[in-house]
Amino acid sequence: MTNTHQELLRCSGLGRRYAGVPALSGIDLSIRGGEVLAIVGENGAGKSTLLKMLSGVIAPSDGDISVADADGVLRTVQLSSVRDATRAGIALVHQELNLAENLDIAGSIFLGREPARFGFLDLHSMQASARDWLARVGLDLDPTTPCGALAIAQRQLVEVAKALSCNARILILDEPTSSLSAREADRMLEIMSELRAQGKAVVFVSHHLDEVLRIADRVIVLRDGKCAGVLERGAYDRNSIERLMVGRSIEPTEQRAARDSASVRLRVSGLTSAHRRAHPVSFVVKTGEIVGLAGLVGAGRTEVLEAIAAITPHGGQVHLDDVELRGNTASRVRRGVAIVPEDRARNGIFAANHVAMNMSLAWVDRNSRVRTVDTSAERGVVGKLMERMQLRPAEPDRLLHTLSGGNQQKSVIGRWIAVSPALLLLDEPTRGVDVAARAEIHAEIRRLADSGTSVLFASSDLEEVLMLADRVIVMHEGSIAGEFTAQEVNEVAIMHLATGGAPSGSWTQTAARGKEHRRGTKL
Amino acid sequence: MKKNLGILGIFLVVCMVASVFGQNFLTGYNLMNLTQRTSLFAIISLGAGLVIVTGGIDLSIGSVVCLAGITTPWLLVEHGWSPWVVIPLVLAGSALIGLFHGVLITRLRLQPFLVTLCGLLLYRGIARWMTSDQSQGFQGEFAGVRSIALAKFPIPLVENYQIPATVIPLVVLAVVIGVFLHRTVWGRWLLATGRNESAARYSGVPTAWLITMAYVACSLLAGFGGMLFIFDIGSAQPSDFGNFYELYAIAAAVLGGCSLRGGEASVFGIILGAATLQVLRTAIILLGLSSQLEFAVIGAVLLIGVTADELVRRFSVRRIERKQT
Repeated sequence: MTNTHQELLRCSGLGRRYAGVPALSGIDLSIRGGEVLAIVGENGAGKSTLLKMLSGVIAPSDGDISVADADGVLRTVQLSSVRDATRAGIALVHQELNLAENLDIAGSIFLGREPARFGFLDLHSMQASARDWLARVGLDLDPTTPCGALAIAQRQLVEVAKALSCNARILILDEPTSSLSAREADRMLEIMSELRAQGKAVVFVSHHLDEVLRIADRVIVLRDGKCAGVLERGAYDRNSIERLMVGRSIEPTEQRAARDSASVRLRVSGLTSAHRRAHPVSFVVKTGEIVGLAGLVGAGRTEVLEAIAAITPHGGQVHLDDVELRGNTASRVRRGVAIVPEDRARNGIFAANHVAMNMSLAWVDRNSRVRTVDTSAERGVVGKLMERMQLRPAEPDRLLHTLSGGNQQKSVIGRWIAVSPALLLLDEPTRGVDVAARAEIHAEIRRLADSGTSVLFASSDLEEVLMLADRVIVMHEGSIAGEFTAQEVNEVAIMHLATGGAPSGSWTQTAARGKEHRRGTKL
Repeated sequence: MKKNLGILGIFLVVCMVASVFGQNFLTGYNLMNLTQRTSLFAIISLGAGLVIVTGGIDLSIGSVVCLAGITTPWLLVEHGWSPWVVIPLVLAGSALIGLFHGVLITRLRLQPFLVTLCGLLLYRGIARWMTSDQSQGFQGEFAGVRSIALAKFPIPLVENYQIPATVIPLVVLAVVIGVFLHRTVWGRWLLATGRNESAARYSGVPTAWLITMAYVACSLLAGFGGMLFIFDIGSAQPSDFGNFYELYAIAAAVLGGCSLRGGEASVFGIILGAATLQVLRTAIILLGLSSQLEFAVIGAVLLIGVTADELVRRFSVRRIERKQT
């Protein structure tokens, strides 16, 4: 029986070099049972590297890891594979979920260690014990449900159940709430504290300092591949963490001027998207305006953005500067539409190509003479873009997959800057991006808007919506539930509409004022 | 150029073995014959390469070679049409076949393997039905048109070797495709589409159009190749002409550094790959091996080549890492 607060894992002088360059060095850390440890840091600070070493995905180049054995004695272990880590009681819940979609829940929980009798699957006991593990994470689901039918939040919990079923004592979660809605994220944090109460050690990476402040017993801050400090509960607040992360505190951003008199850039009328419950939606975005689409995961925000860019077919009409947008994505891009997709790895980047190619793809045809690529001019523009986006390291020839997530995201957004798009559509512009990079990306979006680009972005991160948007459109179940200006918006009001609540007093007042750009589903 | 070193090595080794053990390998006649075969196969392999770059595959190449190759003498001799009509018509028909593939693949989202597998059966069947399975040939006529493939250009001071005319279209095509892939916007877009079609689409690249054009180019080159093949050999049977040529074309492209995952290609590598396969075929005969072994030998060399390539790649990655440590 593990007594709580027993030291379960200790690493000393832990480090990892990639091609000789240290990604992380000199990490001393101990993890105790019954505590929640948060790892925070900027992009490229070494968080993922640390997680991967702890979970056996990559081997450390320096230092060693000791894990408590059954008697609670720390012994040095070689974690050279995920299997080793599992045997040592360490389980990783990936940021990119990797459940086999064609298996059912029971099948994926026991994948690779299915209970069997004479070589035949023992489905009965598999499903019974799957049900037990699901209950431990508060999921009331039939174990025969296929994983493909689960929502992201549910899949994540299934992964946690799978980790628990391996008798994991140390659970490592890589950005567990990054793809969850606020309500689901709350549930996830509750589960994490329940696991803590059961004596497990929970280690998680998060970019949401609110979550960290809420739940973490200890915070380790990484900066530039080194440990910038370990803070105990009670000894930290938002400010002290931010200071350690970036070496300074982050200034709150100022309000942008209202755009009431600007001309209408985008007019969406009766748009029906690929969303399963798509209602026709209508709204406008003015020149130089930043409009946020808020709502729960699955409310239909992505579908609206992708419909405007013709990634998916749509009904209704989309007008850009009073001319209707028709045709496929390529033709709309030529009209000045730009889109930054939600799923960066799948739809955004060319991982095996270098940064220059990634960043020039959207405008290389406009930079060309007689359709041949002017390579030196291309490099010149890419260099300027990288500087403007503060993309690090500033090497255009680096392969994209060697960059951190935040810098990859900067490259995808930076791709569009050189064309000064008329309309920039962003889907979760800063998911999985650290505080400092997020501020840089926000500043860039504002700069673009100031120069006349209209911005429409979807975000599940309410803080981001409040910080960035001049106007907020709230979606619920495929239709528009309401709309706020930056002056009247607050988190409670958004959540009220996003979760299906009736329009509140303040919104009705806005409606009564007859703002000409208000286009609800009621029209 | 560096990524062509592997196939260049294999090519040189195969040539060395053939010239040491096969007495007639280095004769002018044999080398001339080899150049001719290499040019013909390299032309259809370049087409296969363009499709493989998009991450697709074209299994119908051999059947398109057959249909285009058989139609040419059939229209010229049996129907007495003018070469000025027949040649453009056959090329346009081949391009149309590619358009058909491309539209099915990009619009209906069918898998390239299936579409072109059906094409393989379809065009072969049409060729055999159209000609009642009768051998088609020029019957000693049309020497003027056939000289597109049969003419030889002497080199000053060289006695036994003349450059076959098919080298000219190959060089032109190689330069055009090479410039297209690595210097033009469309080439950049095609490579990007092969790497990550979805990300290319989100970046405003007209992916469906590019993929369609790749299939058009592939079938067009197969049709053009088929015409050159028939001009070269004079007559052929609809039932076996062009059999397995798609596999030679795909093998040459893969040996030449095209990844079947898409996004990678080298024109020079593809030509070297086609040359290696032709030297191997000749070597089997010259070395006195049973010709029934041909496929086995080619399969084995292909396997060795691809394995060696992968091992070399891993080794060099590791060496770069170690150097930087």
